[in-house]
Amino acid sequence: MRNENSTHQGGSFYQRDRSWHPPAFTPNYKTSVLRSPKNALLSLGNTLSEMTGPVFGHGMLGQLDNDLILNYAQSGEPIGPRIIVHGQVLDEDGRPVRGALLEFWQANAGGRYRHRKESYLAAIDPNFGGCGRTITDDEGRYWFRTIKPGPYPWPNGVNDWRPAHIHFSIFGHAFAQRLITQMYFEGDPMIWQCPVVMGIPSREAVEQLVAALDRQATLPMDTMAYKFDIVLRGRRSTLFENRMEGN
Amino acid sequence: MVQPFRRLKESPSQTAGPYVHIGATPNFSGIEGVFPHDLGSLPLPAKAQGRRIIVTGQIFDGGGTPIRDALVEIWQADAQGLYPGPGERRGQADPHFPGWFRQPVDTTTDIYRFETIKPGIVPYFDGRPMAPHISFWIVARGINIGLHTRLYFGDEEEANAADPILARIEHRVRVQTLIAPLSDVGSVPTYTFDIRLQGENETVFFDI
Repeated sequence: MRNENSTHQGGSFYQRDRSWHPPAFTPNYKTSVLRSPKNALLSLGNTLSEMTGPVFGHGMLGQLDNDLILNYAQSGEPIGPRIIVHGQVLDEDGRPVRGALLEFWQANAGGRYRHRKESYLAAIDPNFGGCGRTITDDEGRYWFRTIKPGPYPWPNGVNDWRPAHIHFSIFGHAFAQRLITQMYFEGDPMIWQCPVVMGIPSREAVEQLVAALDRQATLPMDTMAYKFDIVLRGRRSTLFENRMEGN
Repeated sequence: MVQPFRRLKESPSQTAGPYVHIGATPNFSGIEGVFPHDLGSLPLPAKAQGRRIIVTGQIFDGGGTPIRDALVEIWQADAQGLYPGPGERRGQADPHFPGWFRQPVDTTTDIYRFETIKPGIVPYFDGRPMAPHISFWIVARGINIGLHTRLYFGDEEEANAADPILARIEHRVRVQTLIAPLSDVGSVPTYTFDIRLQGENETVFFDI
């Protein structure tokens, strides 16, 4: 196992700012209506059960795990705009989170997912699976290559469409940091019309999920690039936690 | 004016959506050949120490309907009460026990199921023992931010009665929503842990 680094030596995590996240009940996103707990969450504080978590080594990764253009290619390459997504995983103190496992999944360029429950008319791409994963390096950096996903309609309102997006699942260093979110693309007007996105209370927080077009990382005549940084919860220094028993 | 803080904000959560299986359990969803197996789905290693158990149940929405598209992750200590990985500094956990598993709810039976071992006792931050428990994290379409809860064991009445977390549940009638009864005492004991997202007997969820 790697990851023997300073952030593992830390104490409990900063309280999650629930006003920054979407609340459980967001009635314009209809499925949340019956899936949102009505009771207040019980504030637990962190015990060892929350301050530890699974860690994953680079050895588990296959060569094409971070290449969605090639990792499901059967008879050729998938159709659509070629993009690189890259960024850094940081904690709330701005420290890099090294060894973080990122999993990502998405629709193809036409907005179609490879899933039995998907009913959108757009075509399946025989060369696109839509999933990948990677682990951050010592500076918390990651990158992967994929096809830019398309927007797609979904049964919420009679005419709701999701903006183009990529789903991210992130494992930091502790179960308390576990997070699933979505990345959107700079300049997409549909972001601001989406009931899932608009469950996030502030414009500032939504913008944290909008990846910037990154011309400096673009490969000329080859691949466009987007930069998407991710922030996980920060944690206290144990220096301030060595309180006496009984306090 | 005072000095500004330079802290960042945690990235806002978004729902895992209906197609979470593509990313988390692609082989289960029919996308084969990308990853050799679905992460967290390998059977419990034969060499893992401790008493083997099965943990299973259903997840119900506020209308009482079982949810078929949820994904469940569990995280727990080994039989000695030690967590795998570098965050554990009290000792070395069983190297054959991963501590973390992930399973989708079965799309035809609505049931989730884990084979694991019964965890040992882990101390609370003040040193008092916590009763054996398994941490749960549930995501699905319609869940905007992953839900944390804990399973406690129905045959650990004494330890549960002394557990500092369970003791903090003000409405005592809700304690039982976290306690999984031993539902089958067969060769591998089975504990049934149903989770209710909303409504009558709503499960206690944690802000951790």
